[in-house]
Amino acid sequence: MRDFSYLRASSADEARQAALQAGSVLLAGGTTLLDLAKCGVMEPETVIDITYLSGLGGIEVDANGARIGALAKMGEVADHAGIRAAFPAVSESLSLAASAQLRNMATIGGNLLQRTRCSYFREPDVFPACHKRNPGSGCSAMGGITRNHAVLGTSDTCIASYPGDLAVALIAFDAVVELGGRTVSVDDFFLLPGNTPERETVLKRGEMITAITVPASAAARNSTYLKVRDRQSYEFAAASAAVGLEFEADGRTVRDLRVALGGVATKPWRARAVEQALIGTVLSPETVEAASRLAMDGAVSHGANHYKIELAPRVVARAILKVGGLA
Amino acid sequence: MTIMEPRKHGDASDGTVGGRQTRFEGNLKVTGGATYALEYPVEGLAYAILVQSTIPAGSVVSVDAKKALAAAGVLMVLTPDDDMGLLVASDWGGNRPENQPYYPLPRQVQYNGQSIAAVVAESREQAVEAARLICITYEKAPHVASFNDTAAGEGKVMDNLTSGWGDAEAALAAAPVQIEGEYSTPREYHVAMEPHGLTVKWDGDQITVWEPSQWSHGMARSYSEWFGIPYENVRLISPFIGGGFGSKGAALAHGAVAAFAARKLGRPVKLALTRPQNFTNYGGRAATRQTIKIGATEDGVLQAIVHRGASETSTYADWPEQTGAATPILYRIENFSSQHRVVPVNTVTPGALRGPGKNPSAFGIESAMEELAYKLGMDPLELRLKNYADRDYQSGKPWSTRRLREALIEGAAAFGWSKRSHEPRSMRDGNQLVGWGIGCGTFPVIQAPSEAMIRILRNGRVEVVSGAIDMGQGTYTILAQTAAEVFGIPVDQVEVHLGDSRLPGSAIAGGSMLAGSILGAVHKAATAARDELIGLALNDEKSPLRDTGANTLTFSGGRIAVPRDRGPSLTLSELMAALGRDEIEIRRNTLPEGATVQEQHQAWTTMAKVQGPTMGEYSMHSWCAHFAEVRVDEDFGTVRVSRIVSAFDCGRLYNPRLVESQWRGGIIMGIGQALLEEGLVDQRNGRTVNNNMGDYLVPTNADVPHIEVISVGIPDYGASALGGKGVGEVGIVGVAPAIANAVFHATGKRVRDLPITLEKLI
Repeated sequence: MRDFSYLRASSADEARQAALQAGSVLLAGGTTLLDLAKCGVMEPETVIDITYLSGLGGIEVDANGARIGALAKMGEVADHAGIRAAFPAVSESLSLAASAQLRNMATIGGNLLQRTRCSYFREPDVFPACHKRNPGSGCSAMGGITRNHAVLGTSDTCIASYPGDLAVALIAFDAVVELGGRTVSVDDFFLLPGNTPERETVLKRGEMITAITVPASAAARNSTYLKVRDRQSYEFAAASAAVGLEFEADGRTVRDLRVALGGVATKPWRARAVEQALIGTVLSPETVEAASRLAMDGAVSHGANHYKIELAPRVVARAILKVGGLA
Repeated sequence: MTIMEPRKHGDASDGTVGGRQTRFEGNLKVTGGATYALEYPVEGLAYAILVQSTIPAGSVVSVDAKKALAAAGVLMVLTPDDDMGLLVASDWGGNRPENQPYYPLPRQVQYNGQSIAAVVAESREQAVEAARLICITYEKAPHVASFNDTAAGEGKVMDNLTSGWGDAEAALAAAPVQIEGEYSTPREYHVAMEPHGLTVKWDGDQITVWEPSQWSHGMARSYSEWFGIPYENVRLISPFIGGGFGSKGAALAHGAVAAFAARKLGRPVKLALTRPQNFTNYGGRAATRQTIKIGATEDGVLQAIVHRGASETSTYADWPEQTGAATPILYRIENFSSQHRVVPVNTVTPGALRGPGKNPSAFGIESAMEELAYKLGMDPLELRLKNYADRDYQSGKPWSTRRLREALIEGAAAFGWSKRSHEPRSMRDGNQLVGWGIGCGTFPVIQAPSEAMIRILRNGRVEVVSGAIDMGQGTYTILAQTAAEVFGIPVDQVEVHLGDSRLPGSAIAGGSMLAGSILGAVHKAATAARDELIGLALNDEKSPLRDTGANTLTFSGGRIAVPRDRGPSLTLSELMAALGRDEIEIRRNTLPEGATVQEQHQAWTTMAKVQGPTMGEYSMHSWCAHFAEVRVDEDFGTVRVSRIVSAFDCGRLYNPRLVESQWRGGIIMGIGQALLEEGLVDQRNGRTVNNNMGDYLVPTNADVPHIEVISVGIPDYGASALGGKGVGEVGIVGVAPAIANAVFHATGKRVRDLPITLEKLI
C-alpha cells in the first residue's frame, strides 16, 4: 500500500477544500477505500477523514419523507423503525447487503459510491487493460469471465455492473442526494459508462454527499427489496428488484408502481417501462410476467451473464406479485 | 445400535477416552490467547512479500528492481538471478535426487501467479508498495489454461490407478439396463481463514520457523535439506493452525524464500501470502471429469461399472485427483474397469483438499447410482442396499468393519426417508420444489507410526509431549483424555505440548491418520509410565504402598490405591513426594521393536512407513451415508439445503463432541462444493480471477441448515490401537452427490457439473 497523508477534517468546508486537490479522497466507513487500496486500484495521496464531522449523521423520518445523513451507518438505517415503516425496501436493501460487520462500518454516503466488483477492474497488475481504471487502455472483461457483468446500460468500453443494493431502492422512490450546494436525483447521480466509464457519478472534485432524502409515498410504504443470489447471505445480487405499489381506492387497480433493478446494469436501473405497462391495470400473474420482461429492453449479454436476461424479469415479477398481495 | 458406552456430559467420564470433553485449548482460542505463526513477537523483523507472474507460461528475461530497491524501507529484492544455493528436498516418500539445485523463484514460468521475485522491507506496507515497482520482462510461451482447452489433449494414463476385474465391457454390453453420465468438478480451494505464511529466524546455523503446519517433522526435514543443515538444527513451531484442510502438510517455496532472506539479511523475516496469492502459491483440488457407465439387471442388480476419469495437473508434476478412488469399493460388483488420466495444464500443481480422490469419485458414482435408480423406477436407498458389498471386490479382502448398511438404514430412519414420494417434482412447499437425495462416502484407514512422551511431575501433573499438531480437529483434547484415563486423574491435571518439530515424532495430520496413530503412541507411553510408577510404588522402600502385599495398584478418582481398599491411597503428587522423585519420563513409539534411530527419523519425516487400507489382512475404511433435503426456487434456480442427516461408521469415537464437529465441518464444506465453490479460470491467461473471499464463495452460517449426525460404528481394533477409524476426511465425501441427487428429485434436472449454480436450473 502506498504511503498517504491523513487529514482529519474539522469542518465540512475544510474537507471540501482539501478534496479539491488531485489525489485526495474522502474517508468515511473505509470499507471500499481500504479494499481497493489493498488491490492497488485506489492509490490516494491524501485521505481526508470526515467521520469526526458533526451534522452529517442522523436519520429523520416524518410524514413528508426521510432524510438520512451521509455518515449514518448502513446498519443504523436498516434497523431504523421509521425507515422500516415508511420505506421497507430501503431497509431490506441494506439488511440484505454485505455482512453485519460491514454494515456497522459502512456509511450511507459511501455506500452509494461503492465501486464495481468486476474482477478485471480489481487486479491491475494482472489485467492492465481497464477503461474504467485507465481510460483508453481497453476492457479485459469482454471475452473473459463475465458471469457477474451487466446486461443493461453497457457500452463498448465497459460492462462492469453496479454492485450496490441501497441505490436501487432509492431510485425506485425518487430519492435525492444532497451535495452541499446542490441536489441531484439519485437516478441522475449515476452515469452510464458510455465512452467515459471512469466517470461513475456526477460528483465533482471537492463535492461531498451530505445527505439523502427520500419523499414519502404510498408506494414506498408498500415496498420490498428482493435479492437473488447463489449464497444465502453476503453475496452481491445475481439480480435484485426494488418494487413499491399503490392501488386505487378499489384495492385492485394500480395507481402507482415503482420498479428498479440491481445486479444487472452498469448503474442502479429504473424500469419505467414495466411501471407504465401496469399502472392503471389490474394485476394478474400473466400481466405481471409479461410486463416484467420489458425491464430487459435493450439488454445485451456477454457470454456467461446471459442468464441474467432470463432471471431479472422473474425477480421483478415476484417482487410485484408480492407487494400486490398475489404471491 | 452403537457399542459406545453412553456418557452424559458434565461428569468425570467426559475426561476419559470416549467422553465429550470440550476443546482443551478452546478458551485460549476464543480469548485470543492462542498465538498463531504470523503473530509471534520477534524482535527486529523484516517483512517479505512475493511478486508473482502475471502470465501463464514462458520465462523471465529480466527483472528490473531499481525502482523497488530505491523505495522507502526496502532491504532486499530476490529474483531468479539470485542463486540461493539450495538443494531439492525429499518428496513425501523420502526420495531425494542427489545434489539437485532448488530454485524457489524459478526463471521458467509455468502458471499464472507463480512466485518469481520477493521484496523485503522494514514494513509490510513498504514491501507491498515496492513489489508494485518491480518490472518484469517475459518471453511468453503458448499456454494451456485448463483441461477443457482443446490444446490440453487427453493427458496420460496413470497406470498405478488402472483397476479392473471380470469383463466389464462385455458385462455392460449384455446388461439389460444401462446408464452413462459424465460428471465434472471444478478447481476448488482450501480457503483456510489463516493464510499461509511464516516467521523465520536464524541463530548461527540454527533456524526457527513459526509456520502453520499439519506436519511439523516433515516440514522441518524440508528446511534442513534445502539449506543443507542437520535436521536437529531446524525447529518448526506450530501449536495452533487456523485451518489447513490439506494445504499445510508440506513446506512450500515461500518458506524457502523467507528463510533464505532471513539468513542473507541476518534478520528475522515474516512473510505472509496475500489472499489472492493463497489461490496460486499452492494447489487446491484439481478439476476433474469422469464418465461412468453402469449396467444392471431389470431388478437392479449391478452387472458392470466402467469408469474413465481425468484430472488436471501441472506441467511439472503429476498429481492425480483419483476419480476412481471410491468407485470400486462402494458396491458389490463382479465386473469393473477404471482408468484415470492426468492432463497437464498451466496451473500450480494441485494438492490434497479434504477427502482427496474419494470426494470427486463419490460425486461420480453416487450421482450415477441415483440416475440408475430413477431409470429402474427404484428407490435409491433400496438400490444401494440391494447391491451392498459384502467384501472388498477390488482387493478381494474382507472388510475389517463396514457398517454402511447400518448407516443407510439408521440415517434413512432419522431422515424420514420412508415418507419420500419417488417421482421428481412431486414434493413442494409453497413455490419451492423439495427434493431428497442420498450420497454415500468412504475414506481409507491409513496407518502410520508415532512417538510420544509422558512426564509425571512431582506436583502431580501429567504432561503429554508430542510434535503432533492440532489444526482444530482436537488433538490436544483427546490426548489429554487418554492420559487422564490412564492415570485416573481429571483432565485439567494433564498438560499437552504439541506442534514443535523438536518434540517426539508424529504422523502427519492428514489422510485422517493422526488420531489413530498418536493416540496409540500416547496410550502406550502413558501405560508404560504408569507401570513404572507402580513398580516404584510397590518396591521402593520409601513408598507407603510398599508393604501392602499388592501386586498392582489402581488409578482412579485422582488417587492411587491398593485394589479392594486394602491399604492407603495417595494422590500422584503425594506418591511422587514419598518416592522423592521430581519426574518420571517415558518415551514410546509404535514402530516395531528395535527400530533404529534412522528408521525412526524416516518414520516421522516421510511417508515411507505409512500403511494403506489393504496392506494387511483386511480392507479398512470409514463409511458414511448422507441424506439431504433441498428447496429449489424454480423461478430463480436457487438451491437451499434445508436439512441433512448423516450417519457414519468411523469405528470408536475418542470424543464424540469433537468428532461430530469434524463431521459437520466436512458436511458444510460439501455444501459449498455442491452449490458455490468454483475457481474461475480465464482461458486467455490461465488466471484464477475469483481469487478472494468476496468472489470465491464458501457457505455462510445462513447456508448451513440443521445437520444431524449419527454414529453407527463399532470399535475396529484392526484399524487402530484404540479402535477408531478416521473421521476428518470422510465427512465431506458424498455430500455433493446427495445434494445433486436431491436437486434432481426436486426439479427433474440432473446437474452433472459442480457447482449447482442458479443459471444451471433456470
